[in-house]
Amino acid sequence: MSKVLSPGTYFMQGNKALAEGAVAAGCRFFAGYPITPASEIAEHLAVRLPHVGGIMIQMEDEIASLASVIGASWAGTKSMTATSGPGFSLMQESIGYAFMTETPCVIVDVQRAGPSTGQATKGGQGDVMQARWGTHGDYASIVLSPNSVQEMYDLTIRAFNLAEEFRTPVILLSDEVTSHMREQITVPPADHVEIRTRTPPRVGEPYFGGTLVPPMPSVGEGFDVVVTGSTHNEVGLRFTADPTVHSALVTRLVGKIEVAAQSMMDCETFNLDGCDVGFISFGCTSRAVYEAVETLEEQGISAGFVRLRTIWPFPEKYVRELAEQARVVIVPEMNLKQIYYEVQRVVDGAARVVPVNQIGGGELVTPETLCHVAKEATDKL
Amino acid sequence: MSSAAQRKQFLRGIPFPFCAGCGGATVATVFLKAVDELGFKDLRSFVFCSGIGCASWIPSPHFKADSIHTTHGRSIPVATGVKLVRPDLNVVVFGGDGDVLGIGLSHLIHAARRNLDITVIMVNNMIYGMTGGQVAATTPLGTWTTTTPYGSYEPPLDAFRLLASAGASYVARWTTAHMAELTESLKTALTTKGFSFVEVVSQCPTAFGRRRGFKNVKEMLRWLKTQSIPIDDPEAASMPEQGETIAVGEFRRRTVIPTLTESIQQVTKRAGKQ
Repeated sequence: MSKVLSPGTYFMQGNKALAEGAVAAGCRFFAGYPITPASEIAEHLAVRLPHVGGIMIQMEDEIASLASVIGASWAGTKSMTATSGPGFSLMQESIGYAFMTETPCVIVDVQRAGPSTGQATKGGQGDVMQARWGTHGDYASIVLSPNSVQEMYDLTIRAFNLAEEFRTPVILLSDEVTSHMREQITVPPADHVEIRTRTPPRVGEPYFGGTLVPPMPSVGEGFDVVVTGSTHNEVGLRFTADPTVHSALVTRLVGKIEVAAQSMMDCETFNLDGCDVGFISFGCTSRAVYEAVETLEEQGISAGFVRLRTIWPFPEKYVRELAEQARVVIVPEMNLKQIYYEVQRVVDGAARVVPVNQIGGGELVTPETLCHVAKEATDKL
Repeated sequence: MSSAAQRKQFLRGIPFPFCAGCGGATVATVFLKAVDELGFKDLRSFVFCSGIGCASWIPSPHFKADSIHTTHGRSIPVATGVKLVRPDLNVVVFGGDGDVLGIGLSHLIHAARRNLDITVIMVNNMIYGMTGGQVAATTPLGTWTTTTPYGSYEPPLDAFRLLASAGASYVARWTTAHMAELTESLKTALTTKGFSFVEVVSQCPTAFGRRRGFKNVKEMLRWLKTQSIPIDDPEAASMPEQGETIAVGEFRRRTVIPTLTESIQQVTKRAGKQ
């Protein structure tokens, strides 16, 4: 194996596909710390990155991992780290720093059952809100959620593209099931894949303001770059008390993601027109929805779904569209109602929203459970 | 070229924000003197990383160079990312004792262990100055601070001995009262291949000095000088743990070991052959 994976079909584990997607996206620096169920990403990149002139380093903890990724990004290299819940918690301060300093990077969180050490080897989907609101202060996140090995590859490339395009950290929110699953994937020819890279500034052009997404210099290129996590003006100088500088900066940082939210919304949909029952799901849980919808249709119950490939910014348009058709919207997730409340907010009474929550032991929500809930909710039991 | 006026080429012209008599300004001056004496015409080949605390404001944004002002304690891992991607750049970390030896301690030890080719300059003022004078891992035993109102009850940590054993290529400790020695030491650190660490025991008149009963900065500097003994002094080796004695001097590792960058280059070569 050398260079970027050649086009063709492969049978691969989710975490390995993610690592290959990173290599294809141009990632040349990875720093991480061992943690189940994310370790295969570091292990695979330790093999692969030296082949493409990249560096993989195992740091002393997750804090150092993301900090060195940020340093590498400012040195001009696409960079990534991967972890699970406990490590993701440790990274939150630096996620805020990356957001504030507009540092493109990709952070993979392979969710397991938490809180705390919880059930380290068992899957979960409990980090949805941490991925949205984990750091302190006001901010906006971009969070992608793959549900297949193919998407582990594809969405990793998309995560890098969004990070580079919007100069912001992007979170790839996987889960133990999707990460450890083995499936066939198709690697497209390199010229079929769009790869985006940050734009360097012209001399004198501000790189912390001026436009919604300013161009990004690298250190060592003569720009005399001043990077700070403190509130700063458009040339990077600290303003630790001025209300207008703070408000302008944070409003722009949140705004650049909000403005592009429509274009970032990415959902898989099925039978949105005229469905009686609708499902909203993401990640591994959505695999049960596929089967449930098929079974319900066979039994004469019209069912559809929205599957969130981008979780944040929340794809409100699709959820609203589903709620306009379906009488009942079912929200299965491997946590205790994290997306449910968000769906309820968007649906706003247009349909009945029913939660299905399954936590512990890595037990998945089954298609049988979903069919049962659907029939019960539509009085067709 | 040696006068302070000529060293203005290294500065953006933004005034330093330090309190009157702060040792931070001294460290900045001595560092730029060392850079000047090494023959650098500008700071274009440097990247400065710093964390949170007074000393972290020495390079950022004052030095006319690239600087990354990171979160508290994380300047060394950020510097690690920069140095690994751009081994051609001189990466220098500035930080206080709280930043480098307190919250960021594990990164310091691991950077020394890895022999990461950077220079860490730790300004040790024995206190958390920016937050108003709380006890630090370097505060002498028995000191009154805002969080040890009956005297500090923990002995301080000796960064010099710690780093010499962790694998650093060069370690030095001086005070702001040793400007000539400090200048030479910084020159050695900047030209050392591998991990180098310079501790500067410095005065914080605002949050440490006046509470310890020092009348003025002069008195503090005199104290720093009189408390200093050479590191090879048998008394320094026995290490009075109360932290009142400041063991000053240098340590150079006798055997030259590969830097982290060199080790990674070896590995990359090996990977290419497989």
